[in-house]
Amino acid sequence: MEAYILSLVVFGALNVMLALGLNMISGFCGQISLGHAAFYGTGAYAAALLSISGLPFAASLALGALVAGALGLVVGFATLRVREDFLAITTMGVGFLFLGFVRKQEWLGGEFGVAQIPSPLSPLGFAVLAVGGALAMVALSLHLRRSWMGEVFRAVAADEDAASTLGVDTARYKLWAFVLGTACAGFAGGIYAHVTGLIVPDAFDFIQSVTILAMVVVGGIGSTWGVLAGAVLLTLMPELFRFVNDYKLLIYGALLLAVMRWSPAGLAGLAALVRRALRSSPA
Amino acid sequence: MSLLEARDLSVTFGGVHAVRGVDIAVERGELLGLIGPNGAGKTTLVRLLTGAVRADAGTIRFDGRDITRAPAYARARQGLAMTHQLVRPFRDMTLAENVALAAAHAVTARPLAALLRTGRGAAQRRAGELLERLGLAEFSGRGAATLPLGVHKRLEMGRAIAIEPRLLLLDEPLAGLNQTEAARLADLIATLNREGLTVVLVEHNLAEVLRIATRLLVMVEGAVLASGAGSEVMRRDDVRAAYLGESRSRRGEDRGARG
Repeated sequence: MEAYILSLVVFGALNVMLALGLNMISGFCGQISLGHAAFYGTGAYAAALLSISGLPFAASLALGALVAGALGLVVGFATLRVREDFLAITTMGVGFLFLGFVRKQEWLGGEFGVAQIPSPLSPLGFAVLAVGGALAMVALSLHLRRSWMGEVFRAVAADEDAASTLGVDTARYKLWAFVLGTACAGFAGGIYAHVTGLIVPDAFDFIQSVTILAMVVVGGIGSTWGVLAGAVLLTLMPELFRFVNDYKLLIYGALLLAVMRWSPAGLAGLAALVRRALRSSPA
Repeated sequence: MSLLEARDLSVTFGGVHAVRGVDIAVERGELLGLIGPNGAGKTTLVRLLTGAVRADAGTIRFDGRDITRAPAYARARQGLAMTHQLVRPFRDMTLAENVALAAAHAVTARPLAALLRTGRGAAQRRAGELLERLGLAEFSGRGAATLPLGVHKRLEMGRAIAIEPRLLLLDEPLAGLNQTEAARLADLIATLNREGLTVVLVEHNLAEVLRIATRLLVMVEGAVLASGAGSEVMRRDDVRAAYLGESRSRRGEDRGARG
């Protein structure tokens, strides 16, 4: 039972990192990405191979994040010219490219993935590490929002061309968003690889990308606390209700549509509504 | 040397020569009124100068430097600011935040500095001053999405001035304003110009343009038709023909719409 709880804590924390990273790209900077799992996978594969080759755990994690961030930079660069729907489709394509590539690579284990990844920590150790990492990303996310970079992201999300007439190099800021967000995913991937000891391509498929996006949207795109809540909620849902796990894509897809239709600001928006209602109601 | 000098500037959109072989020089300290009938290419010329549209041919020099191929943000950093004909505020920001972002241009020019710094003080103070000057102080905390056009037009001005430009290109800043608002904003433009800011004013409100411009440039069908002092230019037959032609066709359109 304890092992189950600890693994749930780890996966909840990993999802928080993934969702917060995607939120930096899509929520803060307005660049919709449907391929976030590819960067999660990149971090996982990179960290796993480095660990197997004898590198210390911490260095593998750091390099995994770095490699994912570097791929994020490349993808960001390649998608600078496309916006909105086209960006969504292009990033979705990046996700499929990643899968297609990994599945065919002998040195990445092909369909069978990479096994016998060293497990340097106890279950409790991994839980502490994952929660610590998630908290660090909450802090980063909160800081980012308050920083001038966060302010520029808001402007880029609202109107890129207007931002550039104010002297803002919008392309460079979009690349920063991609690098920060994908490095977060890569870091989460490194932990994931070492927790499970085995990674297969399917763990980083389109469903995973949609799941991460659903966490962001359900929580409230652009809101750090909302996205945190969304990630925790969507981690717990399949555990509490068996059928959710069986119909994951269907349910998350429906959830995405429902939130966009009735509460575009997600849980964060609902919370704000409730707060306002409480304040205006007579005490 | 002129502050801005464009030579033989041309651009074509899908077979239409929006701007054809335009030569234009903007002198330091002047308030150049750029007028002409609808479709004359005025907005396209402004967009060519600010880098929103790339020229097919020709060169643009700003303060002696060739900026023909410089992207919009680089031109803005060198001191070329513009306002949009159709207002483009950052809608989920307050007015103060809109202007403060522009005022923070020294920080936002370096992403790493922008990531590390959170202090809003200096930029907010500057935004407060500018909003005060534009008569927008009472709206400074309001979201930009819900305010009337008169406020948005002045907000565009505030953001443009906040980047401390040397040349301000205004694309129909008075359009959609009532007479009092238009006169007040025109006064402000004239004041900024007297304080040393060079201005290019694209505007259909001829009365206000003639009142404040120090020189007039008339465009027709993508080319420069005339340039000179306001009263002289407006006396020219070809200029009058271009304008009368337009007002006649406009009346015709109105009648058609009613019938």
